[in-house]
Amino acid sequence: MIRVVLPAHLKNLAQVSGEVHLEVPGPVGDAAGPVTRGVVLDALEERYPMLLGTIRDRRTGQRRPFVRFYACEEDLSNESPDAPLPDRVVAGQEPFIILGAMAGG
Amino acid sequence: MSGVRVLVGTRKGAFTLTSDGKRDEWTVDGPHFAGWEVYHMTGSPADPDRLYASQSGGWFGQVMPRSDDGGRTWSTVGNDFTYQGEVGEHLWYDGTPRPWEFKRIWHLEPSRDDPDTVYAGGEDAALYVTRDGGQSWTELTALRQHKTASTWQPGAGGLCLHTIILDAVNPDRIFVAISAAGAFRSDDAGASWLPINMGLRSGEIPDQDAEVGHCVHRIAQHPARPDTLFMQKHWDVMRTDDAGGSWREVSGNLPSDFGFPIAVHAHEPETVYVVPILSDSQHFPPEGKLRVYRSRTGGEQWEPLTEGLPQSDCYVNVYRDAMAVDTLDPCGIYFGTTGGQVYHSADSGDTWAPIVRDLPAVLSVEAQVLP
Repeated sequence: MIRVVLPAHLKNLAQVSGEVHLEVPGPVGDAAGPVTRGVVLDALEERYPMLLGTIRDRRTGQRRPFVRFYACEEDLSNESPDAPLPDRVVAGQEPFIILGAMAGG
Repeated sequence: MSGVRVLVGTRKGAFTLTSDGKRDEWTVDGPHFAGWEVYHMTGSPADPDRLYASQSGGWFGQVMPRSDDGGRTWSTVGNDFTYQGEVGEHLWYDGTPRPWEFKRIWHLEPSRDDPDTVYAGGEDAALYVTRDGGQSWTELTALRQHKTASTWQPGAGGLCLHTIILDAVNPDRIFVAISAAGAFRSDDAGASWLPINMGLRSGEIPDQDAEVGHCVHRIAQHPARPDTLFMQKHWDVMRTDDAGGSWREVSGNLPSDFGFPIAVHAHEPETVYVVPILSDSQHFPPEGKLRVYRSRTGGEQWEPLTEGLPQSDCYVNVYRDAMAVDTLDPCGIYFGTTGGQVYHSADSGDTWAPIVRDLPAVLSVEAQVLP
């Protein structure tokens, strides 16, 4: 189970409160392959299709410029979407945090 | 008695303002989509409870909410605004080629008779249509693929398609305006487009007779006289009586012919409203006096409308989509400012009063008459 923290605007859009808990294929070593950011976002968007296009480009998968991904006190925003997420995220011990960058406005 | 609902899009959410037909007491509801920019919110002429809003923001992009109950509840519909076919390039501010890149929807124009059909104008400039209530959007590619499109350059606000007029008589005729490409007309429901900028004069471009490149701010049409269009250009108020075949200036005695919105009285096709702004760099009213100017002669002769509007120390702007009229009698006029005020007149502009004073900067205003 992956714990996902959404920013307030996307919580409102998805009509959720608190963390989102997702079951995703994995973990590392399973035939399904590693748990990656792409896998988590796929599962998130499947459950909440209103989030399509708000976190990443619908076609290229590229992160929106003012969206950040944090976990385990690390900024994973510029990691490959296919890079395995930290073990503690995959184990559900730490959340995968999606947030808006400090861009103001 | 009929009621009125005013739909207000702002920098930080949307609001609905409702009143009965007397239009003297108002209920304010909102913010909807708090924290998001709402460039436009509008309702279907065929079903006033069907509303659409363009909800967007720098963080999370474009979202498209829809209401089926007059704005009490909302659901999210499709936000897939894709450039179809070859994406191509337009000119950037510095004159270099730049690929089309979607940023937001500026304007929504629902069909006159089908609540599920809506046209949407985007930045970078493109025209989309949905025929399933917003679930899916299809680009009408002929506009973006017009032979002149590679020369289009953005205005200061971006390369935005901000005006869509679905002709009141000819169902195949559509007018659009793009900053800073100009005005275009289709006579085949968007399958092909004709630039209609003859007669416009723009000091910001070297060739005054250029087919495109004019910074059109807004166009308005009265449904009873569809070949007559009024235009607020970057500078100049213009008029055509042949559906854009040629334009002539009707700025007349305006204190400034720079501005953004323009609107036509619901029952008088020759009565037009503008809000003059001092200049392209000084986006506030001349002399700090917020004045709506009304022409009852289709332009040239303009009178200031001031009663109830601030006549000193007022330095707000009124954006291009932030003025609307209702169809009651007398005609109601509404406009919103960058200072967050929404003013209305229930007597065709003779007197004004604020409905609200302290909203976020107003981006758009639409008025609906309710049964």
